[in-house]
Parts: sequence; structure tokens; C-alpha cells
Amino acid sequence: MERRVRRRYAAERRFRLFGLAAIVLSAGFLLFLLVTMMANGARGFVTTEVALSIDFPAAGLGLTPDRIRGPGGDLALAGAQLDAVVDRAAAAQYGAIGPALFSDGADTIVRRALKADPRLAVGRVRLWLPAASDVDTAAKADGTPLAEKRAQVLTDAGQLRTGFNWGFLSGSDSTDPTAVGIWGALKGSLLTMLVTLALAFPIGVLSALYLEEYAPRNRWTDLIEVSINNLAAVPSIIFGLLGLAVFLNTFHLPRSAALVGGLTLALMTMPVIVIASRNAIKAVPPSIRDAALALGASPVQVVFHHVLPLALPGILTGTIIGMARALGETAPLLMIGMRAFIATPPGKLTDPSTVLPVQIFLWSDEVSRGFIEKTSAAIIVLLVFLLAMNGIAIYLRNRFETRW
Amino acid sequence: MIRSIALVGAASLLLVACQDQAAMAGAGRDRISVVGSSTVYPFTTLVAEQFVAANPGVPAPVIESTGTGGGLNLFCKGLGGQYPDIADASRRIKASEYRTCAANGASELLEVQIGLDGVAFAEANDGPKLQLTPVDLYKALAAEPGGRPNRAKTWRDVNPTLPAITIQVYGPPSTSGTRDAVAELILARGCEQMMPEMATIRDARPDDFAKTCTRVRDDGPYIDAGENDNLIVQKLQANPNAIGIFGYSYLEENKDRLNGVPLNGIEPTYETIASGRYPGSRPLFLYVKKAHLSAIPNLRAFLNAYTQAWAPDGPLVRRGLISAPADVRARSAVIVQRQTLLDPKTLS
Repeated sequence: MERRVRRRYAAERRFRLFGLAAIVLSAGFLLFLLVTMMANGARGFVTTEVALSIDFPAAGLGLTPDRIRGPGGDLALAGAQLDAVVDRAAAAQYGAIGPALFSDGADTIVRRALKADPRLAVGRVRLWLPAASDVDTAAKADGTPLAEKRAQVLTDAGQLRTGFNWGFLSGSDSTDPTAVGIWGALKGSLLTMLVTLALAFPIGVLSALYLEEYAPRNRWTDLIEVSINNLAAVPSIIFGLLGLAVFLNTFHLPRSAALVGGLTLALMTMPVIVIASRNAIKAVPPSIRDAALALGASPVQVVFHHVLPLALPGILTGTIIGMARALGETAPLLMIGMRAFIATPPGKLTDPSTVLPVQIFLWSDEVSRGFIEKTSAAIIVLLVFLLAMNGIAIYLRNRFETRW
Repeated sequence: MIRSIALVGAASLLLVACQDQAAMAGAGRDRISVVGSSTVYPFTTLVAEQFVAANPGVPAPVIESTGTGGGLNLFCKGLGGQYPDIADASRRIKASEYRTCAANGASELLEVQIGLDGVAFAEANDGPKLQLTPVDLYKALAAEPGGRPNRAKTWRDVNPTLPAITIQVYGPPSTSGTRDAVAELILARGCEQMMPEMATIRDARPDDFAKTCTRVRDDGPYIDAGENDNLIVQKLQANPNAIGIFGYSYLEENKDRLNGVPLNGIEPTYETIASGRYPGSRPLFLYVKKAHLSAIPNLRAFLNAYTQAWAPDGPLVRRGLISAPADVRARSAVIVQRQTLLDPKTLS
């Protein structure tokens, strides 16, 4: 007797240990992912800048504050060959290696500075410009010996500083790792998600309502139910092929556009929303429906005044989880051409754009080594975005949840 | 709660609908669209970036890296706004691809050589320092060297002077222009050096030639590493006995981790590839639809920007392009200026 009790306790303890081990293991994986990403990616948010004195009047650009402010100002700045100005000023200040110290995108910073404050053009100014990729890598971590030496010399002279890389949050894709930004891809993701939500949410919720509240139970609705469950499990690449065939080849919508991406992902997200919504609607007790009907409410009033509000937390949680999956999706978007290099963020839904996961994929394939940390930094941005979405899902569930 | 959600939903639906109409109305495209080779991609993106920086207000060109074959496939589907204007190619267009183009109305093409790229063979820094020849590589990588199935397991099986290290070569997949270049520049050359009679078979029975000379073995030693060249670099570091095949720009960027494998005793460097002494050098091309030059705004200006960028001291060379000889550059510039058409008779 006593032995059997002991065995029962041992089994109990064993089971608890197994559970704990499973949790520790999965938490360990998560921690490993986060730590490696943070360690690599934190550097991606740091920019290295080198000081450069530029004497604009002496450069003979013919730029005056009035001309920059005037109507043709942008063209005048673009035609001023600021890259050559930067190269000459760098050579004057740092000798022959000067031009190699600065990023290819340095002239854009000079141009922006001039545009923001045209009075700079009349005098000699000291600007902090982004360092070349190898100097940047050397200043932050281990680079080539030559770049390390240059970075050390610059640091000792007080001509090198590191700071938070605001350009990374506001810029677009670039070929130079020191000039890239995530905003273009983030905006593409936002536009794509907007289209997905606008289509998948109403259609998904209405289908769920119809199937639960109105549809007769017969062979057809069974078939539809099975198909929806099937669709939710179909690999995403197949939706990409579908999007390619339908939206691009039949409807001739523009390639690489956020609109097409959103439509394709809506197809993928809708079954998830239907399933979540049906479960949430099923969980609303029949007594509520019966009470409302007994008090004289019409079936539509029952659905929209009572069932839907009570089911909404569940529906929203399902929707956001579906959207989070769509946000992290890459494969179907590759099929419809959302993998392009585009140097400006999309302005509208039909503009070509990329999304965050595709941007990560593109950067991981770049030649220049400075892109490694940028890839990790982009992953951090994506994780923060996902975390925010899941946080909203939890908040909504807690805020509107009703217990019976 | 419900009302506000419904309102937001309706508003966004309306927004989507409006945008839809805008898309239908704007069939004429104002963005340059480029597809094609992943080897040419970094150069085209750089030109596009500088082009946008120099011309504020011009919409940014859209550049997709699809591989040469996939790019030409998209490019040749027809003329008009929904098809690309330019195809990046790391090899010449094939006669069969040109026929597809012509059948779809795009028979007037400009062929612009932008420069050279070396197909570089490389190993990790701590690798066995192999010295290879095209014949060695042909015997090691072809599916049927000399007409018999390839059974070579180690480099010594291929050439007794080489060490007994297992043959492991990471390379691009069959849709890649780099792979075509390996077949064309290395395997075909090794094949013809080993069996001079193959040169005559090449023209007479191209299928037999391809079967014996350029088909790559698929029984393990050649490892298809996908289009991601950084992945090959990582695999080489993890496995010092392996050899990787990729574009020269990757070798240059990773000089501190990788060594070029000399072919015929010649190391892959900028000079040896530019002069054509390193056997793995190949030309890189842009194919442009002539009809689009007048239809797509800025396309001509974009091509001119390209011609400015490919000089030996230009920005493309700093990114790893190998500048073509001066006469080739001049000829390409003339093609862009005069819009000289590609002569399909020169294709194979």
C-alpha cells in the first residue's frame, strides 16, 4: 500500500519535472534567439560619424540661401555635385585617404543639411557625416586592421563619434549599409496589413456569423467547413502562386504593389479569422440569444446587439494572431514581386514596396558586410512590431472579456 | 466599440476601392522596372540609388533579383507597362529566349555590356590551398566526364598530384547565370582541353556536347547552395575542405576569410579577371526594350547614368564590378546613344 502511494507521488513529481523541463527548454531557445539578435542588432542602431569641415563659398557651387529656398532649389542642390565637394573637403582635411573615410551617402546628408538650413551655404561649417562602412564596423566591433587603425586615429583626434542611428528608422533601402533605413519596408508592411485587415476582417467575421447563426446544417455547410479548415492549413507559397495567377496575370494589377500583397495575404488570413470567429461565436451561451429573442429582438438585432459584442474579444484575438502571421510572411510575397530594391518608401497602395520580412531576406543576401548588423536590427524592429500586435491582442481580450 | 470598428473598416474598404481605381487608370507606368541576375543586382541598385539622389522627384526604379533565366522569362513576356523595361543578365541572352521575346513583340532589344565579373573559386583561409585547372574541375564536377558516369570522390581521384580530400563544391542552382557561366567557361573549356574532338561536336550535336561537357553531376559532390552567396561564404568557413563558387565581388568583400583558388596557376584578382587571364571571367549585360525607351520616362537618362558609372574609377568598380576594356565600354556607350539593336544572328 505504502509503496503504491510512494510510486504515485514519484509519478506526480516526474510529470511536474518534465513539464518544467519543457518550459525551460523553450524559454532557453527564445532567450538564445533574443540575445543573439540583440547582441548583433544593437550595433545596427548605432551610427558612426566623422567630422568634416566644408567651406561652401570656396567650393564655388554658386549656391546661395535664396537659390536653395527658391523654386528650383532641389534641382540646384542635386546639380551641385555635392559628392565631389565632400571628396575634396575630405581630402583637404584628412589627406589622400579622406574620401574613403566617408559613406557614399554622405552627400545626401550634406544636401539635407543645406535644405534644412540654407544659411550654411554662405560660410564654413563643420558637419558630422556618416563614416564609410568599414570604418563604421571597425569603430563598433572588429573590422579589417587598416580600418581599425583609421578609426583609432580619428577617435584620438576627436573627429569620430557614435550615436543613435535615427536615419535607420526614417530611411529606405540603400546599397550602402551606413545609409539604409527600415522605414520603407515598415511602411510597406503597414500598407499591406491595412489592405489585409480591410478585406479579411469583414469577410471573415461575416462568413463566421452566417455559418454559425443562419446557415442550415447540411452537406454543403459541412463541405464549406472542411474547406475552410483546409485552407487555414495550406502552405503560404500556394497563396502566392494564386495571387500571381489571379491578381497579376488576370486582373493586371501592378507588380510588387502593397495592394496585391495585401490581397494575397487576405486570402491567407481569412480562414484563420473565420475559424477563430466561429469558435468565439459558439462560446456565447444560447441563453443570451433566447433571452433577446424572447424580449422581441429580431434575429439581426440578436446578432449585432448581443452575440457579436460578446464574441468580439475572441474574434479580435484571432484576427490579430492571423495578422501577426501575415506580417511575418515572406514566401507568397516573393511570388508577386515584393522583393524589389526600391530606394524610396511607398506613397500609396499601388506603389512598389517591400515588407519587413522580405527586407530582412534581401539584406541577408547583400555583398557588403555592414549589412549583417542591419539585418539583425531589422529583425529586432519586426519582433517589436509583432510584440506590439500580440500585446494589443492580450489587452483587447482582457478589456472586453465577459465571464459567465 | 462595434460602431467604431465598422466605421474604420468601411473607411479602409473605401480607401482600398479608390486606390484600386487609381491603379486601373494608371496603366502607363512612370517607374523604371528592372528584373534579372543576382550578380548584376548590386550594380543596378547602386546606379538606381544615385540616379534617384541626382534627380529629386523622379520615382525610384524597382529592381528585382530573380536570376538571369527567371528575369529574361519575365522580360520576354511582352511589351507594355506590366512588363519590365530592363533585364539584368550575367550571360548573353539565348537564341531560344530571344525567340520568345520576338514572338511576344519585343524583338527590338538593346544589348549593353556593363562590365565583367569573375566566377571565382574560393576556399576558407585555413583550407588546403588547392591549385586547380579547368580539366580538374571538369573531371570533378561534370556528370559524365569522358562519357562515363563520374565516380570521383576525392581530388586525388581527379588528379594524382592533388591531396586526397573529399570533393565538396558549394555552388549556385541551375537557374543561376553564375552556374551557366561555370558550365560555359570552366567545364566546357576543361572538356575541350581533355578531348579536343569535342570542339567539333559542339556545333554539330549541341545536345551531346551538353550531356558530356556541361552537365553538372547531382550525386553529392556538387552542393546546390541556393542563390544566397553569403550562405556559401558561411559554409566555407564552417567546412575548410570545401570549395565555393560565386561572383568575384563576394570574394573581394570577404578577402580576410577566403582565399581565391588559382586556376592554371592564376589567382582570381581584379587584374587577372579584367585582362581575361583568369579563366572564370564573364561579361555582364543589360537588355533593354527599344520601344520602352520613348514610352517610359527617364529610362534613357537611367541608361546614361549607367554608362557614367562603369568607368574604371567609377562607383561600380568600387562595389566589385570589373571594368570592361576601353573599346568594349566605348561600343556599349554607342549602343546606348544610337539605340543600336541586337542582331539575333549572333546569338547561340
